[in-house]
Amino acid sequence: MKFLRVFFIGGLIAYKALFNWLKPSLYIPTMLGSPLFQILFFTYLGRFSGVQNDAFFVVGNAVQACAMSAIYGMTMTIANERFFGTLAPLLASPANRLAMFLGRALPVVVNGLVVSIFGFCVGLLFLHFHLALGQVPGLAAVLVVTVTSCTGLGMLLGSIGLRARDVFFISNAVYWSMLLVCGVNVPLSVLPGWLQGIGRALPLTHGIAAARRIAAGGSLSDVGALVGAEFRIGVLYGLAAYGLFRLFEVEARRRASLERV
Amino acid sequence: MPRSRVRRVGRILFSGLAFHVKTLSQSNFFILVSLIQPVIFASIAFYMFRAGGRAPTLLYAALGAGLMGVWSSTLFGSGGAIQWQRWQGTLELIVVVPPPLIQVLLPLTVATSAVGLYSIVATLAWGVLFFGMPLHLVHPFMFAIALIVTVLGLGLLGLVLASTFVLYRHANALSNLLEYPVWLTTGVLVPLSLLPGWTHLIGWVLAPTWGIKALRTAALGGGNPFVGIGMCLLLGCVYLLIGGIFLNHFERLARDRGTLALA
Repeated sequence: MKFLRVFFIGGLIAYKALFNWLKPSLYIPTMLGSPLFQILFFTYLGRFSGVQNDAFFVVGNAVQACAMSAIYGMTMTIANERFFGTLAPLLASPANRLAMFLGRALPVVVNGLVVSIFGFCVGLLFLHFHLALGQVPGLAAVLVVTVTSCTGLGMLLGSIGLRARDVFFISNAVYWSMLLVCGVNVPLSVLPGWLQGIGRALPLTHGIAAARRIAAGGSLSDVGALVGAEFRIGVLYGLAAYGLFRLFEVEARRRASLERV
Repeated sequence: MPRSRVRRVGRILFSGLAFHVKTLSQSNFFILVSLIQPVIFASIAFYMFRAGGRAPTLLYAALGAGLMGVWSSTLFGSGGAIQWQRWQGTLELIVVVPPPLIQVLLPLTVATSAVGLYSIVATLAWGVLFFGMPLHLVHPFMFAIALIVTVLGLGLLGLVLASTFVLYRHANALSNLLEYPVWLTTGVLVPLSLLPGWTHLIGWVLAPTWGIKALRTAALGGGNPFVGIGMCLLLGCVYLLIGGIFLNHFERLARDRGTLALA
């Protein structure tokens, strides 16, 4: 019961306190406006280059848009504890660390889904993108797995933020790199082998490939392997993130460096 | 204007520019926006253009991605300039010093676009080193002039951003919002002919549209770079006028209400 309370209520409170972009005056331009124009920009660039059709770019960028929440949101929700000076009281509390850590991810996942769904709506309304109603449940399932997986990477960055001086430098670099290596705008087959390798080791890549197949009429069973790979990658990042979080906690206690910013 | 005054204004502008370029060059954020982001976007454009086979040369992509970096640097740097001074506690100082506020702020906004020059150097070098892009400029001298005028035009546009964004409490959110639309409507990578007609009007009043036109015609040929250069200069004068009016208004309001230091 205590675990669930820390997970749900603690996670929500932490999210409201630490996610900088939650106010409508920040949320609308950043979390909705930016993905809107990102989708338009890359779709038009795609039309110009002739590399793929609109659907390729709409699906790629709409799914990738969840990283706005998963990467930046998750980084803020963990790393801001240190910058806002609340890390010490938090770690002094007897709360279950796993519940505390995972609880922060839930609002981030929900927000990521909202941003991605908004991205698909942009494609449907403004671009040559069509989605059969029957494909929506399958696409939704893929989205849930992909956003969760990407949140795992965000958790890892957030944990790094408990130690790194400028974690947003890393978060920005990761966010932009995903546009290149995760098959968002450039088909993976076009990239050199080493970039493909990096892309396959990151969240989003398999999820985007699965979402494209579903949007093109495939079924969830057709993309089972891709969704499975996406899920496993997310779990690995999540485990690494939690391991790092605990390691930094122990290290910070040992070296009395908890509040060093 | 007496010669001594011209010299004094010149010295303020030049020393301010040198100071802010040095400061911004030390900032992780500006290194990210001016070097890493443009290189990633240039790579995306290179691979897309290669795969599609329909688009023009890699130099076209490198210049476009470079100018995207100049815009990002100007947008985030100038858009948050006054807010940034406020957070640093230096806003009161720059308002009360004897030179007019515009003379102190202009070097900062031009510095934010000048730092963006790293982007153009980075994307050109990236294209040559990793994509075998031939770097042959049709009019090298005109290219250098176009580059300077483009940076100046964007810096002056930055002055308008600095003086208007201050009215919006969350200038950084506005900066996040305006990055892609300006990339799109100014034709830095996507030709304006592909966009709906009404967007051309937006592009027409933005310096990057003419800057990229000048840079491309100087680098790739096929037109007169003076059209872009001239329009950049003309728009720069308009931005200076608008920025000056807004800054005066902002300064007067802040002094009247005593709200200069309020975040």
